[in-house]
Amino acid sequence: MAIDMRQFQATFFAESREGLDAMESGLLSLEAAGNDLDTVNTIFRAAHSIKGGAATFGFKAITNTTHLLETLLDQVRGGKRSVDAELSDALLASVDILRELLGSAEAGNPDDSGRSEPLNARLSELLNGGSAATPAATPHNPPAASSAAPEAVATTHWQVDFSPHENMFITGNDPLRILRELARLGPMDVNCDTSKLPSLSDLDPHTAYLAWTLELPVSIKRAHIADAFSWVEDECDLRIEGVGQKADSVAATPAVAVAPAAPVAAEPEPLATTPPVASSTAPAPAEGKSNVTPMASGKAAEPADSSIRVNISKVDALINLVGELVITQAMLKQQSNALDPTLHEKLLNGLTQLDRNTRDLQEAVMSVRMLPVEFVFSRFPRMVRDLASRLGKRVNLRTSGEGTELDKGVIERIVDPLVHLVRNSVDHGLETPELREAAGKNPVGTVTLSASHQGGHIVIEIIDDGRGLNREKILAKAAERGLPVNDQMPDGEVWKLIFHPGLSTAEQVTDVSGRGVGMDVVRQNIAALGGDIDIESVLGQGTRVTIRLPLTLAILDGMTVSVGNEIFVLPLGYVVESLQPGPGDIKRVTGSNRVLKVRSEYVPIHDMGEVFNVPRGPDTVRLGTVVVVENGGRKLALEVDELVGQQQVVVKSIESNYKRINGIAGATILGDGRVALIVDIVSIIRAQQAAA
Amino acid sequence: MSGARILAVDDSASMRQMVAFALRSAGWEVDEAEDGVVALEKAKKQKYNCVVADVNMPNMDGITLIRHLRQLPDFKFTPLLMLTTEAGMDKKQEGKAAGATGWIVKPFDPDQLIATIRKVMG
Repeated sequence: MAIDMRQFQATFFAESREGLDAMESGLLSLEAAGNDLDTVNTIFRAAHSIKGGAATFGFKAITNTTHLLETLLDQVRGGKRSVDAELSDALLASVDILRELLGSAEAGNPDDSGRSEPLNARLSELLNGGSAATPAATPHNPPAASSAAPEAVATTHWQVDFSPHENMFITGNDPLRILRELARLGPMDVNCDTSKLPSLSDLDPHTAYLAWTLELPVSIKRAHIADAFSWVEDECDLRIEGVGQKADSVAATPAVAVAPAAPVAAEPEPLATTPPVASSTAPAPAEGKSNVTPMASGKAAEPADSSIRVNISKVDALINLVGELVITQAMLKQQSNALDPTLHEKLLNGLTQLDRNTRDLQEAVMSVRMLPVEFVFSRFPRMVRDLASRLGKRVNLRTSGEGTELDKGVIERIVDPLVHLVRNSVDHGLETPELREAAGKNPVGTVTLSASHQGGHIVIEIIDDGRGLNREKILAKAAERGLPVNDQMPDGEVWKLIFHPGLSTAEQVTDVSGRGVGMDVVRQNIAALGGDIDIESVLGQGTRVTIRLPLTLAILDGMTVSVGNEIFVLPLGYVVESLQPGPGDIKRVTGSNRVLKVRSEYVPIHDMGEVFNVPRGPDTVRLGTVVVVENGGRKLALEVDELVGQQQVVVKSIESNYKRINGIAGATILGDGRVALIVDIVSIIRAQQAAA
Repeated sequence: MSGARILAVDDSASMRQMVAFALRSAGWEVDEAEDGVVALEKAKKQKYNCVVADVNMPNMDGITLIRHLRQLPDFKFTPLLMLTTEAGMDKKQEGKAAGATGWIVKPFDPDQLIATIRKVMG
């Protein structure tokens, strides 16, 4: 029967990649936390599983490399070898190579050995040079096969003396099964020795009493006969002898006999080398050591089919449909407002329910697109480690809030900026161990990555305890580039200068931070996501970069306001309050600039009609309502004609359908079918600042 | 012996699927478990004519599983086979000491697997 093994390959690739991830994070946490048996076991198991699968599917290059890995790791597991920097480097390199090999195997190249040869040589060298030179295990060699060399010349048949030990049954073995198997090999003469059989009253049915003498033709390979007994070698007395015509043939058959159960391997103390791993592989490896390990092993223990893979375009289509449904629902709701509640009670109840269901559905669908930030964070332990070793620094990376969920689209686009910022922290932020010690700090620098929910936003922070930004240096550089700066600028303003295109790349001299995007691009990327970036820094103590991102790009909670005949949507996340200023609250300052007194604070005030150039007819009702919005600590008051309401809107891109418009983040379709523009608060505040 | 029920235990989904698929195609009923703990739970609720278990697994390894199974009255004489990649005798010895009937060396092809199981099922 031919079974097509290819159908299992996809699973193999997926689980092997997970295994490699687990290996990688395990190795990194070993470096951080020292030899921890649980972690070593996890790593070993991953290598072991990959090897098993690769061998089964015939991926030779992967099998070879994982075999070497497994041998090395087994020594670590047995305490014969410790994970030093050299071994760790080699093991991590193996993870990389194995990823590549998996890739090429998946692409139809089952034996891409060229890729792995240098690595295999390195691993072999480690194996041979190491303290424990294990005999280069020749993988699967049927134990007895090799000793069957002289297939006795004058032998006419095989005589097998088989006498099971009393306890053979208790391992589930059965002499009958073995006899049946032998009978399948060829014609067999069987003589049963019943001499040990006790009387019925003394007979214990769990005990084997019988013994046999069998004769099989010489045409059958001796190894095949031995094979039938391979499981019971040590549970019976066994003798397989080539027998000639008569005793005279004995000389010609140099004792091919295998004494009872003599396993070939030279194994001094078989049980001691590998302690049972059961208890030590308990589910949750000690928490708190590293945030990566528990994640990884948790994944391994997960039932295999708890998730399915769906093409992202299907999810997006679903989200789009739900978006349309939300619009329809809003339309119905609006139409129903005109209905008499007493006459149409049932209809209105139904609509209320539809409202609720639509929201739930929308939330559920959106959550499909949500991924934990761990998705991004997980790449950093490795990256920071490599960076640190290249730069001669010692870095401890801490992560928190990996479970915080973000829209897949946001996650994908936040990777590059984060990579850049973490690189900056390690490269520019953290000092060398010597400098740190001289400054009275822990020679090991700490970089902290955290993610959390704050209101309708996700906040990601990259914090280092390094040297901090140097105010004088930045000001000097900025002055050099002709930027308008002065010594009295508040710190916050000074730090923002590093986002300036001319300045952001100026300090990047090392090869580490030199490539990739500059800080100006980082800010642009984050702004494009509707996010915001902020820096705090104290000289000599460190720097904190805070990124605020919207939860999702597709839907937003908005406040709808009317200006003239237009409806605008103000993203609710930016709205602080709305109020109707009393007489004297608005003061004119320089020129046409006005400020609004909100309690004890003066906030610049602008008329939305002016900002967006919306004409107002003579009949426009102006209630003089003001909405105060805030971004990055800057407030702005916007005069609108009327507050219309508050609703979730489905964001439609203007940029992709028309072109980018300053001050507008997108558009949406309202319940009555009208298009409303979504105001880009960030850019408006920025423009106002620049004008002031 | 068709209609017989086999428990396939392996933490690697691809291996487990392959073993299960092969055995099902030979006409046996197959239940799957992803580690020793799950397998033992299943075995306490359901009798199996044969158990095929990987050795290296999280939570409970194959050898410990076999040791526990052997103590269950229903599994006193049941063929318990371990799947092992190592040619190393130590695992096999350890397995035998725990009560394993025999072993199947990985890699194996489905036909080999079926032939071996057929053997122990009589």
